[in-house]
Amino acid sequence: MEDRDGKAARYGMVIDLDRCTGCGACMTACAVENNVAVPPAGEGPNRSLTWMRVYRVNNGRRFPEQRTVCVPIPCQQCDHAPCIHVCPVTAVQLDPRTGIVAQVPERCMGCRYCMAACPYHARYFNWFDPVWPEGMENTLNPDVSPRMRGVAEKCNFCHGRLARARDRAAAEGRRDLRPGEYLPACAEACPHGAIVFGDLNDPGSDVARLHDDPRAFRLLDALGTGPKITYLSREGWVRRIGKSRLDLLRADRESVGEVRAHG
Amino acid sequence: MNRTAFVGVAAGLALGWLGLPALLYVRQAQPLDFNHAVHAEQAGMSCADCHGFAADGSFGGIPPTSSCTACHAEALGESAAELQLVEQYVVPEREIPWLVYFRQPQNVLFSHAAHVVLAEIECRRCHGDHGLSTTLPPYEYNRISTYSRRIWGPRIAGGGADPWDSMKMSDCSGCHAERGVTDSCLMCHR
Repeated sequence: MEDRDGKAARYGMVIDLDRCTGCGACMTACAVENNVAVPPAGEGPNRSLTWMRVYRVNNGRRFPEQRTVCVPIPCQQCDHAPCIHVCPVTAVQLDPRTGIVAQVPERCMGCRYCMAACPYHARYFNWFDPVWPEGMENTLNPDVSPRMRGVAEKCNFCHGRLARARDRAAAEGRRDLRPGEYLPACAEACPHGAIVFGDLNDPGSDVARLHDDPRAFRLLDALGTGPKITYLSREGWVRRIGKSRLDLLRADRESVGEVRAHG
Repeated sequence: MNRTAFVGVAAGLALGWLGLPALLYVRQAQPLDFNHAVHAEQAGMSCADCHGFAADGSFGGIPPTSSCTACHAEALGESAAELQLVEQYVVPEREIPWLVYFRQPQNVLFSHAAHVVLAEIECRRCHGDHGLSTTLPPYEYNRISTYSRRIWGPRIAGGGADPWDSMKMSDCSGCHAERGVTDSCLMCHR
């Protein structure tokens, strides 16, 4: 049969913590791109949703030995995603053509098992209907449908942008995307080039190359979730905290630092 | 069978299959009566002449009034619809508030380019003979879901005799399965 699907991709991301300054441009770009509403004025940070959250981590020592690193954490797009297995209504799916862990808010019934299962706290729940300040509805992205009260949501590698890129390619008669044709908003917005995005199936891509960088580590690697987000850091203590393996941490007790979320 | 029971069941079925469906849908007239057949046959136009793609591959859908202006700067006939078009829309450069029969719900992602350019599917496969119609049928939408009746189809039992009678998720996935195209949630949802 004629191949109607085109090449299967396996999209992945590399976040270079040595370059990240924690400016939060990725969080803002993400929220704008994906129609994530800002919390109503006067409400606390608990009302805010962010598909990408920058955490601040330190090495647990006092000044002048203290070191801090900012860690942007979107959905880790696990190959063996716990959220998929626990969802009782099949509202989460590993997309076979892209490797993206897809959340289908229309199907979600709001049980939040996925949020309990996700070891990365990368999933967020709509406790309220989203409200935009007057006039801001006009800025909504038409490629992304806003979610309603009572459903979980998370990063899907800016799927609206993938659809747009596919549309353009299809109009030119191509089933496959060229490298760089599709880029999530956070990767585009990062002023330091700390976020690299691409197809892990393409051995020539930057993400595939950086995936095996000596600075590379995956968050909570030992859990076997197989995240498609790779972090880079030249600091050993950052890599050890990122992996959070007890044996490594015991070997270096002092490196057990503090983790704080931005905003 | 007891005659009273028979009458009761018949009345119930009639209400369920004829009465309530009539109540379920709201009918609205289009703002202007458009004749697809005249454009296709007399002006020799194809669907893509008005319903084309933008440079970025996105589908234009219903054309803006400016695309009528080239031919309809002045009335081309005596019909009421023609005069209305020129006087109310072309001359004041107003857009016509068409009611879109085939508008999908907000969370549906459909790429015309993938279907028309790559898969070479004819417009008719999903839109039926709309392009040959001489008059616009009333627009009907579901009071509860607000979706156009074209999504569910004309028959209250669902579907229809022709593949273009309905545009439900099962119609999309049925065709994908037939053609061996991978289905995944985010392929068709956003």
